Amino acid sequence: MAAQTAEALAATGVTIRDAGPDDDVAGVKPRWVALPENTAEIAAVLRTASEHGLAVVPVGGGTKLHWGPPPERCDLLLDTCCLNQVLEHAAGDLVVRVQAGVTMGTLAETLARGGQELALDVPDPDATVGGTLATAVAGPRRLRYGTARDLLIGATVVLADGTVARSGGKVVKNVAGYDLGKLFTGSYGTLGVIAEATFRLHPLPADRRWVTATYPIAREYTDEHGERHFVNDFPVDPFQVIGPVATSTAEPSAIEIDWPEVLFGPFTVAVLVEGAAAEARALAVRDLLAAHGAEATVSARPPAWWGRLPGEEILLEIRVPPGEIATAMAEVSSAAMADIKARGSAASAVLHVALPADVAPDRAAQFVTDVRDGVENAGGRVIVLTAPEEVARRVDRWGRIGALGLMRRVKERFDPGRVLAPGRFVGGI
Amino acid sequence: MSETFVAGTEGEPGGPGPLARVTARCREILGPDAVITDPVRLRTYECDGLTYHRASPGLVVLPESAEQIAAIVRACNEHAVPFVARGSGTGLSGGALPRSDGVLIVTSRMRRVLEIDLPNRRAVVEPGVTNLAITEAVRDEGFYYAPDPSSQQICSIGGNVAENSGGAHCLKYGFTVNHIEACEIVTPDGEIAELNRMDAGYDLLGAFVGSEGTLGIATKITVRLSCTPEAVCTLLAAFPDIESGGRAVSAIIGAGVIPAAIEMMDRLAIEAAEAAVDCGYPPGAGAVLVVELDGPLAEVERQYHEVERLCRECGAIELRVAQDAAERAAIWKGRKSAFAAVGRLCSAYLVQDGVVPRTALPRVLADIDELSREYGIRVANVFHAGDGNLHPLVLFNDEEEGAAERAAIVSGRIIDLCIEHGGSITGEHGVGVDKSRYMTRMFTDEDLDTMQLVRCAFDPDNLSNPGKVFPTPRLCGEAPGVRKGVHPLVASGQAELF
Repeated sequence: MAAQTAEALAATGVTIRDAGPDDDVAGVKPRWVALPENTAEIAAVLRTASEHGLAVVPVGGGTKLHWGPPPERCDLLLDTCCLNQVLEHAAGDLVVRVQAGVTMGTLAETLARGGQELALDVPDPDATVGGTLATAVAGPRRLRYGTARDLLIGATVVLADGTVARSGGKVVKNVAGYDLGKLFTGSYGTLGVIAEATFRLHPLPADRRWVTATYPIAREYTDEHGERHFVNDFPVDPFQVIGPVATSTAEPSAIEIDWPEVLFGPFTVAVLVEGAAAEARALAVRDLLAAHGAEATVSARPPAWWGRLPGEEILLEIRVPPGEIATAMAEVSSAAMADIKARGSAASAVLHVALPADVAPDRAAQFVTDVRDGVENAGGRVIVLTAPEEVARRVDRWGRIGALGLMRRVKERFDPGRVLAPGRFVGGI
Repeated sequence: MSETFVAGTEGEPGGPGPLARVTARCREILGPDAVITDPVRLRTYECDGLTYHRASPGLVVLPESAEQIAAIVRACNEHAVPFVARGSGTGLSGGALPRSDGVLIVTSRMRRVLEIDLPNRRAVVEPGVTNLAITEAVRDEGFYYAPDPSSQQICSIGGNVAENSGGAHCLKYGFTVNHIEACEIVTPDGEIAELNRMDAGYDLLGAFVGSEGTLGIATKITVRLSCTPEAVCTLLAAFPDIESGGRAVSAIIGAGVIPAAIEMMDRLAIEAAEAAVDCGYPPGAGAVLVVELDGPLAEVERQYHEVERLCRECGAIELRVAQDAAERAAIWKGRKSAFAAVGRLCSAYLVQDGVVPRTALPRVLADIDELSREYGIRVANVFHAGDGNLHPLVLFNDEEEGAAERAAIVSGRIIDLCIEHGGSITGEHGVGVDKSRYMTRMFTDEDLDTMQLVRCAFDPDNLSNPGKVFPTPRLCGEAPGVRKGVHPLVASGQAELF
């Protein structure tokens, strides 16, 4: 049986190798790794996998492969590393078409040579275009430019049965047909394999300034016995700091928050202003930040933590309506234990929270549940991006979802045989 | 059931037809005054903004809540009757073209702004609320709703969601889909579901917006509000010809300036606007550009000097800058009135909505000019130059024999030009019924079949706005290998294929 399958895979002409110890997907070991070099080869691999009942997990740079639940089955890892061509950079049209395996770092270098950029500042430059789309990762500048789904204007995808389909195109303004690119963005490889993507680009900003200021969340007081205590009651309301900057006429591109010790430690707000007259606008932001009694500084360089995730062992993503950022922070703070770090896009109201790797699983699960209760009440969501299995099985990874039934029906239509990343997504999809 | 069948009006022998049963049910759900069956009143809904596709709806209903819409849709499901949603009826692709064998669900009684939440920079509205009403509700607080289709005074937000509407300012600010945070929808099988951008899972909201009513009906819409920019600068640049105007557009974008809008009109469109509204555009201009810059004052000032220099270098014969809101309105007046103005030049016109990569604009415009001369059909060009979205108005005299046919050929050839240059058949008007026949020129069967999987997931019975977007009837097989024989209603003579 296995020999027949191996023969069929070999017959596709695609490079296939036996999986090694480093190829596991969230702890599940595949048997083979396929290395297709073009869209047709992806189709050939998937067609054969479907015919032989193999479960396939697509992988790009592997930087987020530990995110999400482990697959129910994984026979074949479909590695897009050989799909590494920037196919077309139409600089005059501010558009680029790339293969899925190009890394975000390589793409940025290529585009910078033409004075342009894809305004999707992901945390890890080794992540590929395909992986970035599949996990819908975005960075600080989402405030101004949106996320992957807003910048993607065309996609070529391959379905489980080998069907190659395109949607969108090479122009930004286009409403012909359904937008499959949006559907595949954030789909964790469960609907098909993203083979090519076309993005709208932006000119590299002429100039950039970062304005930073740090605020306490705790006050110290002395009780009647003369003992000193801390209370984390946010003497400076984070929303009162962030809100006015977000709506200011300086039009910042990003407003980030870094909060390295959520128990009692201060939080730092960093605001990016870019484009023409960046300095003058940064000074206006500095005045807004300084209005809360903090010292605010302007710099031509980002703070060291800018755009990076706060941790990778246990990582949560909190999403709230933008006016509720202070609620999210208060929930995190009141449920917190030692060594929890938070960082995120304050004005877009996305906060990443990292728990230490050695936290007791029960404790971690309790933290998720406590924060989620408060956050969902405020109209937000808490998603466990990654966690060890002993933590993950104690919690619902995904939180409240309004249309799970429809999502299941979409999966059923696209991948009725559950070939692609089975069990990796919401509701066991 | 599929869209290929029209149920016979007589229905089952000895009983009322499906539409009659749905009508009776709708009267129970809505009360009699929200159910229209009078043929004269039905006819007022026979088309949307694209008037050359017409069909009198079988039934019109005027619901006031999501629950009512869900109940109507469930009744439609029970009797296999198709339904079409309609907002203000301003669409330009026949997306809201009714079905004579179906129900037209009109959202004009759902016009409440439910919530304005400035700290969260969003508003929650019912689908019948007009686009401009949202901006008007928050303008004094320094906010606005960014997408601005030309019909924004009357078009509904529900229709905007269905069509993923754009507008002159989407060059910088994006389309409807970039400004919608959540939608409550009634699914094609009559359930109420919430699609929320914040939820984990598939981006069904992204797929729903722009699905032209084929994936359900939006009943409550959460829009994002944008902050009014500090400064706005509108300038009008006149050029001797369209080529030099096109060069200026490329130069502006190439210099790293992304204006809020760059609009272009050609000589014929300028003359028409001049005659209609006396907009005072520079006489003798072969093309005018309207460039609007907005943002922080310091940034706008720098960009203005850049744009002015580039326009002069590209041969602008006159430049004007609006000094106040009244002058800005005057500059926009010609552009905004252009469609209606061109309509006065001729008894009839076709309008296209194709898109080309910006760098292909000069070439494509020259080709359109060539087509115009070859077929003896005048074409006026009014378009969103910044994003290559053409709106060629193909003029003809509908009393002249063969003119309509020649205009249709020119119109179709323009679409082919857009596709050849890697563009799209529609930038903002939608596919609807009007452009579904062009879909196969832009997409392969595999592309369309894959899109159809989404349709089948939402609407396996093909009842929600059937016959739109997709070119040929495509069935959602219940299971692989299901035999698609002659439908029993066809076989018995009670329905016919068309």
